[in-house]
Amino acid sequence: MQQETEQTKAARPALQMKGITKRFGSFTALNQVDLSVNTGEVHALLGENGAGKSTLMNCLFGMYGQYDGEIYWQGEPVRITDSQTAIRKGIGMVHQHFMLIPVMTVIENVVLGMTDNHWVLDLKAAARRFTELSQTYHLALDPWAKVEQLSVGQQQRLEILKSLYRHARLLILDEPTAVLTPEEVDGLFEIIDRLKAEGHTVIFISHKLNEVMKICDRCTILRNGSVAATLSISQVRNRETLARLMVGNETDLDLHETDCHLGSQALLEVKQLSCRGDYGQLICKQLSFAIRPGEILGICGVDGNGQRELVECLTGLRQAESGQYLLGGRELLNCDARQLLKSGVSHIPEDRLKYGLAPGMSLEENLILADYKRSDFARHGWLRSGRIRRQAMALCQRFGVRFSSLKQPAAELSGGNQQKLVAARELDRQPRLLIAVHPSRGLDVGAARFVQNAILSMKRKGTAILYIAGELDEVMEMSDRILVMYEGQFMGQQARANYDRTQIGLMMAGTPIS
Amino acid sequence: MNQNAKQFRFKSELKQLLLPLFSLVLALALGYLTMLLMGYDAAKAYQSLWQGIFGSRNAIAESLVQTTPLIFTAISYALTYKAGLINLGGEGQLYIGAVWGSVLGSRLSGIPVWLHWILIFAAAFAGGAIWGAISGLLKVRFKASELITTIMLNYIALEWVSFCVTNLPFKDQTAGAAPRMPTVVDNVKLSLLLPKTRLHSGFILALLVLLIYYLFMWKTTKGFELRVNGQNPNAALYAGMPVKHNAVLAFALAGGTAGLGGIINILGLQYFLTEGFASGLGFSGVAVALLGNSQPLGILLAAFLFGALNAGGIRMQTAAAVPSAMISMIQGIIIFFAVSPYLLSWIGTQLISGRNRHNLSLQNQLPPESAQLAMTTDRGKSDPEKSR
Repeated sequence: MQQETEQTKAARPALQMKGITKRFGSFTALNQVDLSVNTGEVHALLGENGAGKSTLMNCLFGMYGQYDGEIYWQGEPVRITDSQTAIRKGIGMVHQHFMLIPVMTVIENVVLGMTDNHWVLDLKAAARRFTELSQTYHLALDPWAKVEQLSVGQQQRLEILKSLYRHARLLILDEPTAVLTPEEVDGLFEIIDRLKAEGHTVIFISHKLNEVMKICDRCTILRNGSVAATLSISQVRNRETLARLMVGNETDLDLHETDCHLGSQALLEVKQLSCRGDYGQLICKQLSFAIRPGEILGICGVDGNGQRELVECLTGLRQAESGQYLLGGRELLNCDARQLLKSGVSHIPEDRLKYGLAPGMSLEENLILADYKRSDFARHGWLRSGRIRRQAMALCQRFGVRFSSLKQPAAELSGGNQQKLVAARELDRQPRLLIAVHPSRGLDVGAARFVQNAILSMKRKGTAILYIAGELDEVMEMSDRILVMYEGQFMGQQARANYDRTQIGLMMAGTPIS
Repeated sequence: MNQNAKQFRFKSELKQLLLPLFSLVLALALGYLTMLLMGYDAAKAYQSLWQGIFGSRNAIAESLVQTTPLIFTAISYALTYKAGLINLGGEGQLYIGAVWGSVLGSRLSGIPVWLHWILIFAAAFAGGAIWGAISGLLKVRFKASELITTIMLNYIALEWVSFCVTNLPFKDQTAGAAPRMPTVVDNVKLSLLLPKTRLHSGFILALLVLLIYYLFMWKTTKGFELRVNGQNPNAALYAGMPVKHNAVLAFALAGGTAGLGGIINILGLQYFLTEGFASGLGFSGVAVALLGNSQPLGILLAAFLFGALNAGGIRMQTAAAVPSAMISMIQGIIIFFAVSPYLLSWIGTQLISGRNRHNLSLQNQLPPESAQLAMTTDRGKSDPEKSR
């Protein structure tokens, strides 16, 4: 019986892409890629950064206009040259960065760009249909709320509902969990299950293998623009198998931990630090902690509990109200970013595109973004182009940044390579204090391990490291000690020797444990 | 791989040139149509336009004369644009620079000419720079939109000029003279590059300033800071750059450059300042910078294009009796297309796909050899209908 349904499903693929090839100039991003997705399944698309996942999906969603190869949708050949066509055919895409207008209401965002009636905008009728739809899928959302008031998870629901409102039968979710808290991720998985039950097809793009193992039926793995494998998740024994298929056999997937001697005296001391948030509310409340040389202090907590503001205070991007910030005994409170850089503070920022890079400038210029005044790169106010180029070449090679020219704008790199670029710059400075925020966000397993190992090598050199990440596993794996932050205060700390997930979970939810 | 990448880069640079070129062709075509519709002899007009630009030694010189001030005002816009700011005050900055410069140019005497020049240029630069820096300061101190303040300062500058040409102690006191400022002393007038034309050595100075613009923006740490701010102001903060200070600096440099443009037109061309002696140069500079993508070479080419059109337009007016407003229209259309790359690429694809569709339909019906035949028969069919 089970066998039979499997077969009938396999007999009618919702989507087939055959021999898709896409070139950008001399660079072949996709080479003869085949993808077949069955009706009603959740199909994972896996691959390293730059393997071609996004390119493939952009071809499907008509973002490029031109591609070689054939696409069959519901058994019929189609040529998708723009996203309007894709939407009309019933293909919806939820991008990693939401395509919403914050100041407009939910329903306005839903009808945006829809053209069933050119002359009349009947928001009330639209809202009625929207509410019915959201009830069908148990995705309660007030159509009249402003988008800026929604949480990230709710915005994602809105994106999904927007696609459903446009009669999407196939939903492409591009790294949907990257921006969500653990609870929101569980919520999303319920939504995906419901979509599946209603007969929708889902393509799930992710780096997180445990999530793929949990909710996907089949997966296609891309490597360097070609299909490395397509397999049923039930055939896969463990995460390692998938990881190996993604990165090939050469890449190092181990974390190089070494016991290293921690200094006895604290290198960084933060005492009673308080600061206000964007809206004037007190968001960090009298925070105190210390980090010794060679120690990694992890801070975990649900996003929005003051982690971002704490980091901004420590990196000169926000004024603290009161407190002390001592690095090697020197007071640095409310110094500007330049003085902090000079004092040996490196910062891998949470949002590489917002802070870490000048997207339109070249790789070599981005690699000296904060160090352009160093005597290696400038003399009497003139940039030394030869040295800058050599430095860029060396760093890109050491950190395995994939690029075609050092003069190409950073915006042309894939997300993972951009992150490597930022990490390369910040780690190369040999900092005394490294503040790493979500350093592996959006990176594939191989690249994430690479960046983490680079951070561990800084630890061996005696750098004090503040490590902040969204995923508890990652923080636990990297840190010597964890502080849990909740509403601008520390709920307690745990040393590596006696980590207790339940206790950490409790603290993240606001229960202080000493 | 590297070779390929280089080729790819070269191609994309070529594309950058293609867009303005395509805009120019389209604008000339639309201008042609308009002239036909209005009953002018369009062919003669363009012929005289060409004559006016390249037709003689004098025509070429005149084109370069018109190019010169545009280079300054274009840099004035481009420099702030690259730093993430918008300076629409080139006009006012140019006038203030010209006023300051011509005060020194007409008053001082008995000092070495090189020192006199330095003082004049310094004064013109300082005048424009202060005028520009006001907008910069208002922006960083009070968050006033530089779009508004630069435009408003233009009006104030123009009122200043009109005060200076009619009131003591600034106005020319020669009896019976029209409202103007005094003529600059003879030995600071710029020499001619080509004898018996109006082309003066200010053109060389313009090229020099363009070179300085390039070196400053792309080769110095300050220029680097400005460009990072233009690309991503948050990254500039992150890297600890003095963002506010830089905004004021960018406006001061931009204003100073425009001011230099003003005084150079006085020293090289007109020798005394009148109201409206440079009207529209500031705004044409914005257009030139947009068309030239704020790149040094782009600015040079675009400034020449606009300068040449201005120069040729005068000839067009006299020889073909087409009002020179037609030139302003053509310039407007060029900018319109150049700032709407999507519109252009749409037109491009329509043209290409239209041709393909045509070819395809022909190929579907007939073997390729008879395509020519098909076209003639098509025409043959329609002809009898006409004659009927």
